[in-house]
Amino acid sequence: MKLLFEQRAQPSRVMTVVSPLLAVLLMVVVGAIMFAARGVDPWRGLYVYFIEPVASLWSIEELIVKATPLVLIGVGLAVCFRANVWNIGAEGQLTLGAIAGAAIPILAGQWQSPLVLPLMMLLGMAGGVAWASIPALLRNRFGANEILTSLMLVYVAQLLLDWLVRGPWRDPEGYNFPESVDMTGWQLLPTLGYSRVHLGGAFAVLAVLVLFLFMARTLKGFEIEVSGAAPRASGFGGFSRPRTVWFCLALSGGLAGLAGISEIAGPVGQLQPVISPGYGFTAIIVAFLGRLNPLGVLFAGIVLAISYLGGEGAQIELGLSDKTAQVFQGTLLFFILASDTLIRYRVRVQRGTRTAEAGR
Amino acid sequence: MTGLEAVLLTIITAATPLLLAAVGELVTERSGVLNLGVEGMMIIGAVSGFAAAYTFGSAVAGVAAAIVMGIGVALLFAYLTQTLVTNQVATGLALTLFGLGLSGLIGENFTGLPLPDSAKLDNVHIPVLTDIPLVGPVVFGQDPLVYASVAITVLVAWTLARTRIGLVIRATGGNHHSAHALGYRVIAVRYACIAFGGACSGLAGGYLSLIYTPQWIENMTAGRGWIALALVVFSTWAPRRVAIGAYLFGTVWIMGLWAQGVGIAIPPQLLSSLPYLATIAALVLISGNRLLTRKNTPACLGLPFVPDR
Repeated sequence: MKLLFEQRAQPSRVMTVVSPLLAVLLMVVVGAIMFAARGVDPWRGLYVYFIEPVASLWSIEELIVKATPLVLIGVGLAVCFRANVWNIGAEGQLTLGAIAGAAIPILAGQWQSPLVLPLMMLLGMAGGVAWASIPALLRNRFGANEILTSLMLVYVAQLLLDWLVRGPWRDPEGYNFPESVDMTGWQLLPTLGYSRVHLGGAFAVLAVLVLFLFMARTLKGFEIEVSGAAPRASGFGGFSRPRTVWFCLALSGGLAGLAGISEIAGPVGQLQPVISPGYGFTAIIVAFLGRLNPLGVLFAGIVLAISYLGGEGAQIELGLSDKTAQVFQGTLLFFILASDTLIRYRVRVQRGTRTAEAGR
Repeated sequence: MTGLEAVLLTIITAATPLLLAAVGELVTERSGVLNLGVEGMMIIGAVSGFAAAYTFGSAVAGVAAAIVMGIGVALLFAYLTQTLVTNQVATGLALTLFGLGLSGLIGENFTGLPLPDSAKLDNVHIPVLTDIPLVGPVVFGQDPLVYASVAITVLVAWTLARTRIGLVIRATGGNHHSAHALGYRVIAVRYACIAFGGACSGLAGGYLSLIYTPQWIENMTAGRGWIALALVVFSTWAPRRVAIGAYLFGTVWIMGLWAQGVGIAIPPQLLSSLPYLATIAALVLISGNRLLTRKNTPACLGLPFVPDR
């Protein structure tokens, strides 16, 4: 018996919707097996991991807090990946956004005015754009692979942050802890009531809607789509590839920067050596699970946020490792990619042996 | 041991994992497959190598486990990209994310444990030869895997340039349709080359956790897999230049540590970022030179192949 993959004449519309669901389902099955292997009742494990994060008001708030950066970054990456521009350094752009945005409260802490927060957000975006411009420049000017350069810059950004919070930007009254001063007053994003849900969530939803309309309705969106799907045709059509590279990297970098400063002016509240549990990398999974579609990214961001929260819950309630979440996320991406094969190929089971085939 | 000897020795140990991983990836890429999962395969090799060496108290078990697990996750990548024809870039990223997560899970109970003496790989000692000043310890007194890495590189260079197998691999990477038309099994060749890359990356990871820093530390590969990928580009797909590049980067890596030791007044973070900055610089330098990059670049690199029937 052999599995055969036959190319479909047209990508299957049904499978476009079914494949991400199938991927999530497969991940749940693998999760159950993993729980059983670790000596945890699979049903209880799945409940703690996937149901509890959406079972109470508190956890739903926390879910929104976690989904915010994932969606902000993921939606930018979705546009990038559509254009075949592989920005995988969003984690670095997030870090630079956090640094640039936090410069105001740290260097001019006395300044309290309604202007502070918008300026912080703008600076945060600018920081992300600047950091993402480096791979764009190197790609367009020298042809250097943006995958590798953007990733290398993640390490550089994290080391820069580390240096700042241990050196010049350390809180002088912070008992020598490697932390900056706390954000206060106008430096903080407004929150929803007394919860931790902050304005960044609105930014994320706004970004999703704008980019959805942008990709579906504008010429520039079409240009990006074509540039990725048919680079030669796009060249004949007069679309400039370097411009697309610039645009995509700047867009995704800016959104990652916004996510970074929103974390600092929101749930994190200050600069620390580590400010993100790998949101920039997880957002890659978000983009793919969302089928590189801005609206899909919104749902995908929530799914991945569940995996973060579920991981924390499983650690506290079931004594499972906090690494479980990362394994789930990696497994999920494998399943997404494998399921996507069904969109382009039809699977047929072939019975009989090779010799039988030759004899026909 | 003199200071110069010590520096040379550490440069070689820093370069060896880069060389191993890069030469494996070079073979994979020469067959037309871009596997961005080097970092993931390396970290899996590192954790399983340490776990096996610690559990069985044997370095051989550690090295074997590192290689086998490297091949194992590489085959996962091969199945997805070759059989299910998934996007190679995305699948490679998935392999890295998955590897980093899984290694953390496997390594949880091994963090910070010292490697038992029985599981340590001793440096070679050849009477008389190793005792020659300077040259002796550097040329004749390394650990066995350093020699293995050099041997693998030479073997790969020879195989690719001079043998029929090498020709088939290059044909597969250069034009998979022609290779297919000539009757070569493109997918099978690529499976084999991906597995070879996995074995090398796994071994490179094992080198880190068994010899370089003989313990398991989470994320201990610290981007070396990505640097190895950059080295392949930097070498313009030529094994000889991969070796030069690896030793060059080993030097950069050690320079940072050395400067910190001497107490030069530069922030340690800046020194730690040197290898990453050097990687970017190297990519820019080589990519600007179209002639060099075009010469050996496998034309089918990263393209999916579906045999028509």
